[in-house]
Parts: sequence; structure tokens; C-alpha cells
Amino acid sequence: MARKIPATTDSGPKVDRRKFLTGVAVAGAAGTMTPQSANANGAVGVTAARLPSALPPTAYTIAAETGTPAKDLARIGGVAGSDFMVDVIKTLDIKYLPSNCASSFRGIHESLINYGNNKMPEFLTCTHEESAVGMAHGYFKITGKPLLTLCHGTVGLQHASMAIYNAWCDRVPVIVVGGNDLDAAHRPPGVPTFHSAQDINALVRDFTKWDDTPVSLQHFAQSMVRAYKISMTPPYGPVMISLDAGLQQEPVKPHGSGEKLYIPKYTPTSAPQGDSNAVREAAKLLANAEAPVIVVDRAARSENGVRLLVQLAETLQARVVDMGGRMNFPKTHHLSAGAPAVNSADVIIGMELSDFWAVVNSYIDNGEHGIGFNQTRLKPTTKLISINSVDLNTKANYQDFQRFQAVDIAMAADAETTLPSLIEAVKAAIPNDRKAAIEKRGEAAKKAHAEARERNKQAAAIAWDSSPISTARLSMEIWGQIKNEDWSLVAQSGNVSNWPHRLWPMEKHHHWLGQSGGYGVGYGAPAAVGAALANRDLGRFSVSIQGDGDLMYAPGVLWTAAKHKIPMLSVMHNNRGYHQELMHVQRLSSFRNRVASLGGDMGPIGTSIMNPDIEYHKLAESMGWWARGPITDPEKLGPAIKEAMAVVKSGQPALLNVWTQPR
Amino acid sequence: MSRQFFRFALAAFAAGVVLAHAPALAADAAKGKAAFMKYGCWQCHGTEGQGSAITSAGKVLAPDPLPLETFAAFVRSTDRAMPPYSELALPPADLADIHAYLSSIPKAKDYKTIPLLNQ
Ligand code: HEC
Repeated sequence: MARKIPATTDSGPKVDRRKFLTGVAVAGAAGTMTPQSANANGAVGVTAARLPSALPPTAYTIAAETGTPAKDLARIGGVAGSDFMVDVIKTLDIKYLPSNCASSFRGIHESLINYGNNKMPEFLTCTHEESAVGMAHGYFKITGKPLLTLCHGTVGLQHASMAIYNAWCDRVPVIVVGGNDLDAAHRPPGVPTFHSAQDINALVRDFTKWDDTPVSLQHFAQSMVRAYKISMTPPYGPVMISLDAGLQQEPVKPHGSGEKLYIPKYTPTSAPQGDSNAVREAAKLLANAEAPVIVVDRAARSENGVRLLVQLAETLQARVVDMGGRMNFPKTHHLSAGAPAVNSADVIIGMELSDFWAVVNSYIDNGEHGIGFNQTRLKPTTKLISINSVDLNTKANYQDFQRFQAVDIAMAADAETTLPSLIEAVKAAIPNDRKAAIEKRGEAAKKAHAEARERNKQAAAIAWDSSPISTARLSMEIWGQIKNEDWSLVAQSGNVSNWPHRLWPMEKHHHWLGQSGGYGVGYGAPAAVGAALANRDLGRFSVSIQGDGDLMYAPGVLWTAAKHKIPMLSVMHNNRGYHQELMHVQRLSSFRNRVASLGGDMGPIGTSIMNPDIEYHKLAESMGWWARGPITDPEKLGPAIKEAMAVVKSGQPALLNVWTQPR
Repeated sequence: MSRQFFRFALAAFAAGVVLAHAPALAADAAKGKAAFMKYGCWQCHGTEGQGSAITSAGKVLAPDPLPLETFAAFVRSTDRAMPPYSELALPPADLADIHAYLSSIPKAKDYKTIPLLNQ
């Protein structure tokens, strides 16, 4: 709301806007000072290069050229409202603010960098709103701390929306603040109108936990703290604040009938824990099971979650199936198992699964008339237990769960928080006469795990020397170079048949970021950069296996990484196509007894990214990365990774464009 | 096509009823490689039939594919994760060439001889 607020009396010299502009225009025409001396006098942001010759000089330019003291430019009649907003934001301890700049939040932008000294948060220049939110997504998954992003009116929020959806599905908090010029009677004509909406948050309301449109500075302070609190209470999720352009530019004034503005204190809300009766019942079922199986998706929110899951699994000697939303369970542990473990279970406990049904059913895309069919993996007597905080926060319009799955014990609670009491209850519930059987189960799991590892290694050896390079070779050549680092696989947007999970010693929470949540392609590159930023500050080495299709949605995030000196190694899984879709069109061609039309490419028309081949190494190089490629000879891959590693360790991001097998 | 049809077809193929038409002697590995690409087998099986845990349920096609008859029966009638290919889309001669190509691929190294798989 760009209301005109009369200046308070103590807020500095009153300036008549029209007269002032006339004055500076005259002064500007007669301007004599050089930009250098203007900077010496304290005016910022003015350089010779930025002075447009044919346009009237701006007030800042004139100030720079005439040496007009900055205070004389204070047109707003007091402290800028957006300075107070920065004070509020600073209480929330947010380190970075990835964003693509925009007029609708120019007020707060200016305050952040000038009043707030561009610290806590530091503005990171992004070239797309989707990249900014994707970066915040990746950053959270390493640090457990949310970032703030600013996005522009209708169009910026539309750009951001896919990434917000991914964050929603992945239960990741992102604080989205969107500029919006609400007051139709005052906002500038033209573009700001197209970029404003009456209820702009409606665009993302279905996939944010909460949103608000503060109409006063005090309201902003309350809404920001509330937004942060809501997003950071499990189940986590993105939140949205619409920030009126006028409110940012208004002067600070007492609220209501004269109360001073205040900033509410943030205190974290503790996470919901499973009801003690339900925990006891669940423990009884698990303790007495012949073949209990633990299935986890976003159960471990931290390294502590991983440790707790190991404790529970070892207490029961139960196999653990990790669906991969996070790095929940060490892949080297003898109880780490693949999805088929579910088939023989008599009790299954699912933790933070967005979709229990998908865990206990298989789907084959090859049914009658080309429509897929489902098959249950359950025996009729299998008992199901669920601990899922998402039960507390379900919405209707967008659904990341499939068919309804009935379960025997359902706890609407946070798994990591519930685990300590569950572990104690299981220990208490194990009958003495079952202990030997539990131990035996562990021995069998050890044997199965060792055998699976052997099989994986032999499978990796197949097509070891092939060109395009096999995904097993790609993964192991990377491993060969990073194994002595404190490493973090910051994204695997290239689908490499899970080789890192199968063959790397993936054990710690930060060893793998987990999937995107909503499977919105384009997540991989920005999430990797956001996670690499977090790892940079923690002194860790970030490596990404980068898909080609994923990178092309918004490759500008490469520039952001270079600009802000975020080191990471990006090894491309460049299979030169949208491979998932390529297989879909082939499948449909087969169903319909037709030969897929390739149009001179390798995959059906519309699915290949070749002819011309994208030179990703040149793309990256043009944006400040060290890059090489295309690498097609497997023998050359190891040495190239080694060279790239040295570059990354010097602080620069590096990319290798590798031509690979499809999966 | 119904699943019953697939089962019937599988039985028929296993009995060699339709394969009798296939020009068994003409199978050509080079042509088979091109056919393996043209018909999209590479997409799920990799260009060397190495397979993938994700897209071929870990099934490896080379260098010892199933015997031609069983191989063809499967390709024609699969009602599992792989889509079936009818003769209308994939002529028997091309399928025989594909089989020849897969048979011609050298055996994989023993992983124990690959240092990167032994660290
Ligand atoms: C869309 C993916 C896809 C495509 C395309 C595809 N396959 Fe398959 N194929 C699979 C899957 C998945 C399996 C494993 C099926 C199972 O075990 O249920 C498989 C299994 C097979 C098997 C059985 C192997 C065994 O040892 O049991 C053969 C033979 C085979 N495919 C041949 C081919 C040929 C030849 C082509 C091309 C004409 C082809 N496939 C194209 C996905 C595919």
C-alpha cells in the first residue's frame, strides 16, 4: 500500500519532491564533480560507466556530481520502514538471502545492503527465482537452517513456484517474501500493476504451510517471526509473506495509538512426539515380530536421527529400507536393505513416509490397454505402524501421496523426536526368549548384506570400459578421487542407477542430500549450489552428479556459484536426453505396435538433447567455472576429476561434461 | 492386448511355432547393434546390455543372453516391467540380429581386477 504518510516532525528536513527534483535537475546539468570525488564524499553506487549520457541524471547521480549530502536526499520523512524490517530479519539469524532483484522489493533490498550492511543475511545474486528457492532448499538440508528469499510480485513468484513446491513436498522450510504493490490507487502505472495481485499468496497457498500479508510494520514483525516459527516446526515447510511495496517505503511511525514498534522474541516450538500408548503398542508388535522391517524416508532430520535409527535397527536386528528423502541410515550397515525386504516382513514401521502405499505396493506400467497395474507386497497378516508428522499438515489440492493405505498404528508425530522413547519401549518389550532369534536375524542380515555388496561390485564391472561411460564407472571414478575428503554428495539429479548409494561408504547425514521432494526437474543444480554454500562454511567438499536436462532449466545458478565463490565439483551425467520421458515414449510406441520416430536422434522425437550437443563445459566456463569436456573415454575421466579437484580446493567451482550411458 | 494373450504367446513361442519363420542363419551382430539402438533397447538396458538396477530390474542381457527362443518369447510377450514388442514393430530378423549383437559382446572383467572396485 503506497500510502502517503506525513513525515513526523523530528525526521529531518522536509523536502518538497517536485521542487527538489527541479533543483537537482538544474544542478545536474551544471554538474562538475567526477564520480571518483563523489565516492570520496560518501555517495555510493555511482560510477562513470553507469552514467547514461542521453537520459536526465538521477538524484543519486546528481548528488554524486554535486556532493549534495545524503541526508538531503531523505525524501521519506524519517527512518525507512524497510530498515525496521531488516532489524526484524536480523533477529532470526538467517545467514543468506539468495534472490533475483526486483522493483517490488527495492525498499527492503536497499535497506538490507546499506542499512543492514549486507550481513545476516547476505544478499546472493541469483538469475532466476527458481534457483534462489532451490539454493535455500539445498542449504537447509545441510545446515538444518532456513534461508530467506525475496521474489518479485506475480512473475517472480510464478518463477519460484516449482521450487517452492519441491520444498513443500520435501518438508523443507524456506521463508519466501514476495514484493507486491497492493494499493491500486497509488502504485506506479504500467508494469508494477501487472506484477501485483490482490491476494498474491494464493498462487502458492496450496503448497506453503502458512502465509500472510502484513499491513503495518508491527504486523510485519509479528508475521515474520510467526512465519519462521511455523516453517521450523516439524513437519517443516515453506512459508510466504507478501511484502507491500508501499509499506517498505513508508517511514517508521508508532503503531496504533502510539505504542512503540517491537520485535517479538523467537522461541522454537518443540516437535510433536508419539503418544505414549501408541509407542508402547508399536514396540510390542516390533519386539515380537519374526521379520520386522523399518522403512524411512525423511525420518532423520539430523545426524542424531541417523544415530537413533541405527540404535532402533540394532536393538531389533531389523532391516532398514531407506527411501532416500534424506540420508537416513548408513549404507554400509549390515541392516541396510533394498525395497524387496518389505515383501517378507510381518511388521513394517514406516517413518516420515509421504506415501506408505507406494512402499507396500508395486506398480507395473504394462497392464491391459497400456494401463499399469498394482500388486501388493504385503502378506494378509502384515501389521503396519506409521510415525509421520505430515499427518498433522495435509492439504487437498496438491497430493504427494497415492492411494489410501490403512495402517494398524498411526502416530501423527515427528519420527526423530519419537525415536528415543520408541527405542526404550522396544528394549523393554523384547521377551527374553526372543533374544536368540533376534541375534540370528542379525547374522542372516550380515550375510545377505555382504552378498549384495559382492553382486553390486560385479554388476559395476559390466561395461566398465564402455563409451559413453557407464554410470558405475562414473560414480567410482569420482569416489576414487574424493574418498579422502570430508565429502558431501550435494545432488544427484543425474539418475545413475544409485551407484553411489550402492558402492560409496555413505554413512553420515551430510553424505547425501536426498531427493527433491516434488520431482520438479531443475532442482538439482540450485540445490547443489545451496548445499555447497553450506558445506563451504563448514569446510566440507561438495560433489554433485549433475543431469543435463536438470541443468538447462536455469543454468544461471552456475554464475551465482562463481560470483559468490562457492566451490564445488560438478560431474555431469550427460546422457543427452530427457531420459525418463524418452523411455515413456518408447513404452507407448511398443504398446501401440509402432517404431518410435527418432528424427535423427537417439531417442524418440522431442526427448533427446543432441544435434547440436550442448557444450556444458563452455557454458560453465562462460560463467566463471573451470570446466572440461566432453569426456567420452573412460580412461580420461579419473585424471580429469583429479585436475578439477585441485581447482575446487583452490576455491573455484569446476565442471566436467561427461557423456554417459543412459542410467 | 490382454495378459492372457501374452501368456498364450509365450507358450507359442517357447514351442517354436512362430520362430520357425525367423531367418536364423542371417543373424548379424553389426546390424543387431543398430537395431538395438533403433528399437530403443539401449534405453533401459544400456548400449552394451549391461542393464540398470532402475530401468531393467538389474537384468543383464550380454554377453550370455537367454537362448534365442526364450529371448524372443520374452520380448514378444512380457507383461512385467518391460513393454512387449510385437512383430509389427520389431521384425523377427531384427530381433535375431539383436540377439547376435548381445552374444558378441565380450564378457565383463572380474571386478577383482579393477582397482576402483577394490578399495
Ligand atoms: C522401457 C524399458 C525397456 C526397454 C525399452 C526394453 N526393455 Fe528389456 N527389460 C526391461 C526390464 C525392466 C526388464 C526386466 C523385466 C522383469 O524382470 O520383469 C527387461 C528384461 C528383458 C529381457 C529378459 C532378461 C532376463 O534375463 O530375464 C530381455 C531378453 C530383454 N529385456 C530384451 C529387450 C530387447 C531386445 C529390447 C529392445 C527390442 C528391450 N528389452 C527393450 C526394460 C526394457
